[in-house]
Amino acid sequence: MLPAFTQFAASLGGFLPMLLHGVWVTLQLALLSLLLGLILGLLGAGAKLSRVRAWRLCAQVYTTLIRGVPDLLLMLLIFYGLQTGLSRLTSELGWAYIDVDPFSAGVITLGFIYGAYFTETFRGALLAVPRGQFQAAKALGLTFRQSFVHVIFPQMMRFALPGLGNNWMVLLKATALVSIIGLADLVKVAQMAGKSSQQLLAFLLLAALVYLLLSSVSNAALRWLERRYGDGVQESSS
Amino acid sequence: MIELIQEYWRPFIYSDGQQITGLAMTLWLTSASSCLGLLLALPLSIARTSSRRWLRWPVQSFTYVFRGTPLYIQLLIFYTGIYSIGAVREQPLLDAFFREALNCTLLAFALNTAAYTTEILAGAIRAMPRGEIEAARSLGFDGWKLYVHLIMPSALRRSLPYYSNEVIFMLHSTTLAFTATVPDILKVARDANAATFLTFQSFGLAAALYLCITFALICLFRLAERRWLSFLDSNR
Repeated sequence: MLPAFTQFAASLGGFLPMLLHGVWVTLQLALLSLLLGLILGLLGAGAKLSRVRAWRLCAQVYTTLIRGVPDLLLMLLIFYGLQTGLSRLTSELGWAYIDVDPFSAGVITLGFIYGAYFTETFRGALLAVPRGQFQAAKALGLTFRQSFVHVIFPQMMRFALPGLGNNWMVLLKATALVSIIGLADLVKVAQMAGKSSQQLLAFLLLAALVYLLLSSVSNAALRWLERRYGDGVQESSS
Repeated sequence: MIELIQEYWRPFIYSDGQQITGLAMTLWLTSASSCLGLLLALPLSIARTSSRRWLRWPVQSFTYVFRGTPLYIQLLIFYTGIYSIGAVREQPLLDAFFREALNCTLLAFALNTAAYTTEILAGAIRAMPRGEIEAARSLGFDGWKLYVHLIMPSALRRSLPYYSNEVIFMLHSTTLAFTATVPDILKVARDANAATFLTFQSFGLAAALYLCITFALICLFRLAERRWLSFLDSNR
């Protein structure tokens, strides 16, 4: 056990910069997808609660389709599909060849998929904010934008946070899939380091440990956020 | 599109002539890992809610690790990681088990879904109304009898809505199997795409199959809920 460990520690030193870069890529991927997903989620929730029937239908099709199809399949479809579609488009227009890199494909896919989950979370949270709040904001002369940013959003977040937290944890773990389409993220780097140093298991376990650490940190951060957005409520009820 | 279906419908549905592939493989992966996971989760959830620390703590660490790391890494560890150790290959029994990609895949999937199911069931056990347990105690139910006749049947029923989500998640996770060379629907779609370059058609066909399975599962669970959860309606 001990010699195996010292051997691993010795080879770890050489791969450390590569591994740290892999962690950084994974984090960037997760955070950018989160941002895209949140924007799509807010838009989707708005569409689902819209008075226009076409918007509601679009949002319904979006969430049903995305949640019914595996994320890995969508990722491959978008990665290969975007590539084929773009090259057909560029050759027809006579433009230079555009290469879809795995990172952009990953961000687009993950953002698109988790946007559907965020849509459902935001929809529920928006419905949980009492209607009177919106009417009161309107009565005070706030514009739609002002009332959303200062009145509705902070209250909505309290209801949305537990759901968003769960979605984020799933999203964080789903970033591992992007290594399948060739991105040099934490998983891929760990595999490469493990194969070239003949210590695959140790490096894979290390990658798992990093994910466990990221999950734990997110958990703590979420608990802090939930306390923060729940502040007003605890005060008024005590 | 029509040529694609003509050429590939057989591997997409059940077989490529040598082994089970496509839909049949995906259904087998989903059902086998869900059943194994549920069987494991039954005792684990009881241990998870136990008042004894030495019983609760190992299960808690198990679910924490398996729910905190990506399934893909777990699959890589079971499929490539463990087999890379010399000691495993020297043991005939372990060697025979871990050499088969399907075994490794099922093991990873079953343990992963067992961790999630354990937490779902543990939540349902904790949410048992205390009065029901007291009533059963006063009628002479004790120890394992309490679990067999009262707590587990009730917990299983109450966790049905959450469990249906977990099974659908498992179905979607089975797409990872192709990374371990197991020929599920996605593997057939990838092969079809590589051979014909009909990207949208190949993956679209696979997506339609997955959608059908998802909706079938939702219908099945709705029927199950109507059968086993109707007693909750009277409480509302």
